[in-house]
Amino acid sequence: MGKKMTFEVAMNRLEQIVQQLEQGRLDLEEAIKIFEEGMALYRQCQAQLQEAEKKIETLVKTDEGFKLDLMEVEA
Amino acid sequence: MDRFDFQLAEYQQETLRTQPLTVSRLTQQIKILLETGLAPVWLTGEISNFKRHTSGHFYFSLKDEYAQIPCVMWAGRNRNLYFLPQDGMQVLVYGQVTVYEKRGYYQLEVWEMQPAGVGALQMAFEQLKQRLRAEGLFDEAHKVPLPPFPQRVGIITSPTGAAIRDLVSILRRRWPGMRIILRPVKVQGAGAAEEIAQAIAEFNAFGDVDVLIVGRGGGSLEDLWAFNEEVVARAIFDSEIPVVSAVGHEIDFSISDFVADVRAATPSAAAELVAPDAAEVRRQLQHLVHKMQLHLQRFMQMQRERLNRFVSSYGLRQPLDLVRQRSQQLDDLQRRLLLAAQNRVQAWRQQLNAQRQRLQALSHQSILQRGFAIVYRATPDFEPARELVREAGQLQAGDPIHIQFAVGSAGAKVEKVTK
Repeated sequence: MGKKMTFEVAMNRLEQIVQQLEQGRLDLEEAIKIFEEGMALYRQCQAQLQEAEKKIETLVKTDEGFKLDLMEVEA
Repeated sequence: MDRFDFQLAEYQQETLRTQPLTVSRLTQQIKILLETGLAPVWLTGEISNFKRHTSGHFYFSLKDEYAQIPCVMWAGRNRNLYFLPQDGMQVLVYGQVTVYEKRGYYQLEVWEMQPAGVGALQMAFEQLKQRLRAEGLFDEAHKVPLPPFPQRVGIITSPTGAAIRDLVSILRRRWPGMRIILRPVKVQGAGAAEEIAQAIAEFNAFGDVDVLIVGRGGGSLEDLWAFNEEVVARAIFDSEIPVVSAVGHEIDFSISDFVADVRAATPSAAAELVAPDAAEVRRQLQHLVHKMQLHLQRFMQMQRERLNRFVSSYGLRQPLDLVRQRSQQLDDLQRRLLLAAQNRVQAWRQQLNAQRQRLQALSHQSILQRGFAIVYRATPDFEPARELVREAGQLQAGDPIHIQFAVGSAGAKVEKVTK
């Protein structure tokens, strides 16, 4: 897992925020805080959806472990 | 039989008696007779008393309703069998009758064997399926759900061919941000199964993929066979990473399909199972945000309502009532104050009137009534000027004056002034 929150974690958190807001048991400050967090997650997910990988890698076993080589595949 | 023949026979009998064969010699003769006299045969029958010796050789009998024949299949021959013979199985074998001299019996040395009716591969498939199912390798309990949004997918298939092209193009189209890591393998022929199993193990050692797709495009049962081998099934079962099996076409089922976490009918279907549809996810995301905004609005509305309810609650109403009562009191007081003030003014006004009346009573009019008159300086036409004449010295002879009586007035001219 990278530094960036994975898409799945972000989506789950967003769901959670919607539920929390739905239940309405927060005080106003909290509600606005998590709403803002939710918007940030939304933007992050959107950005991740825009990103496109072009390369395909191949898994190669070496003496030290594994390495990834780039591979040409016409898609 | 004539006499000569009889004598010859008798002589021979005598010779055979005096020079008897050894057991080995006779057995030798039987062996030569049988092994050269009978050509290799195709034989069909039911297996019974099947034993697999630790040496790897198979020992069994083939029988039908009336007879049976012992059979042996040497390890070197049975190694390439796709299936394991079992008692009760109808088989078709090809082999040669031989004699086992030590035990003094004949047997069929089996060179090839296939199940009668169904094909050998089919038989092997069913057998392995049954065995692995009994062992629990297909149990639902072992199946792991696929990650909903994988970031990296590992693919184990041939680097050439339609399967990898289909996989890559569909994965890219549906979920563009995902990394695709291929571990190229041979998918058919000798050693393919071992390579595939090795690749699965390597991805697990590498660890950094969220899901594995193992498969190949369509082909004959023989072509797809690697995916029906136990070594592949066990590697899939042992995989910590969820595995999608995608072998051949819709109609092809392989052992790997049963043991995998998810079976995909084709490589293309595997790609669709693994990669979420970005367009759909985008819609979902927007829906979530919309819901969030809606809930926040509703939440604010609720807070407002709560506040209102709070303000109008009984607890707060008490002091509020007090305030209202005080305010009402104040209004009352103010009203009374005004009223009082008005009354006061009225009273003053009345007093004032009375005073005025008293004043009036004291005014010159009443003196005039008593017979006095007031003298004003006057204009030449005897209109009174405002100057009262108090002293005779104010006047000179000839000045017009105005004399005010209690009733009426008169104009006059001063004739004489006495100081």
